[in-house]
Amino acid sequence: MTSTRSLRVNRITCTGQGLCAELLPELIDLDEWGYPLLKDRAVPDQLRTHARQAVAACPRLALHTDRGRP
Amino acid sequence: MTTTLALTGSPLWYASRASGTLALVLLTATVTLGIAAGGRAAPRCIGRFEIGLLHRNLSLLTLAFLTMHVVTAVLDPFVHLGWAVAVVPFGASYRPLWLGLGTAALDQLLAVLVTSALRQRLGVRRWKAVHWMAYAAWPLALFHGVGTGTDTRLPLQLWLHAGCLGAVVAAVWWRLAKAGPGHITGRLPAATAAMAVPVVLGAFLATGPLQPGWAQRAAATTFVLGGGR
Repeated sequence: MTSTRSLRVNRITCTGQGLCAELLPELIDLDEWGYPLLKDRAVPDQLRTHARQAVAACPRLALHTDRGRP
Repeated sequence: MTTTLALTGSPLWYASRASGTLALVLLTATVTLGIAAGGRAAPRCIGRFEIGLLHRNLSLLTLAFLTMHVVTAVLDPFVHLGWAVAVVPFGASYRPLWLGLGTAALDQLLAVLVTSALRQRLGVRRWKAVHWMAYAAWPLALFHGVGTGTDTRLPLQLWLHAGCLGAVVAAVWWRLAKAGPGHITGRLPAATAAMAVPVVLGAFLATGPLQPGWAQRAAATTFVLGGGR
């Protein structure tokens, strides 16, 4: 069985640039100030590439994927 | 002897000039995008992630043309540059100061490349600290191009430099205008630099490369080949 991944936002470094919600709208919403709200922390296998791109796109490096279930 | 030199030298020299000019244009585009997209203002008709990808891809394209610029300049038999010149600034036999500025800019861009590739491991603070060197690399590249460029006096090249300068200065002012209050310690130097660089470049052009005899003054040694005219 492949290891599952879970999303994590570093709330200290996040400045609400909103790139993650553009790239991963399936799992990330934005609140009214533009900060991310995780709909689901667990990353499904079919979204793993998109999650990796969202992590790489964050200009503040505030989005992370951790191994294991949330 | 002269014919073989002309045959082997010319294509490399032309390629070096062309790729150097292209690298400056691409670096300008990268820096302009980075400055304009770094602030809080969100674009309406294009995604922020698209600007981020464009910034990354333009920077990689810049480095590709920069590699070509350095390789062709080193291989060119006219100027006798060693491979050390590519990474060690101010050691060149040909126009050491003006060539050294380009080498320093290349070193800085390589540092930015490496830290960007490793940014997830380095963390945002260390990555950004090195990334700001790109702001220093751009004026260095501009002065390197103006000071050592063969084509500095061509009207088209002067317009190109003016366009590059205008784009970056406009991006700085746009970002400062869009930014909210505060952060005066960071913004005052940015505004000062945006005003100072065009003034210094204009003064330098008027007293240096646009005056007769620049080739002799730019060269510490007697190499007066291709450059200045």
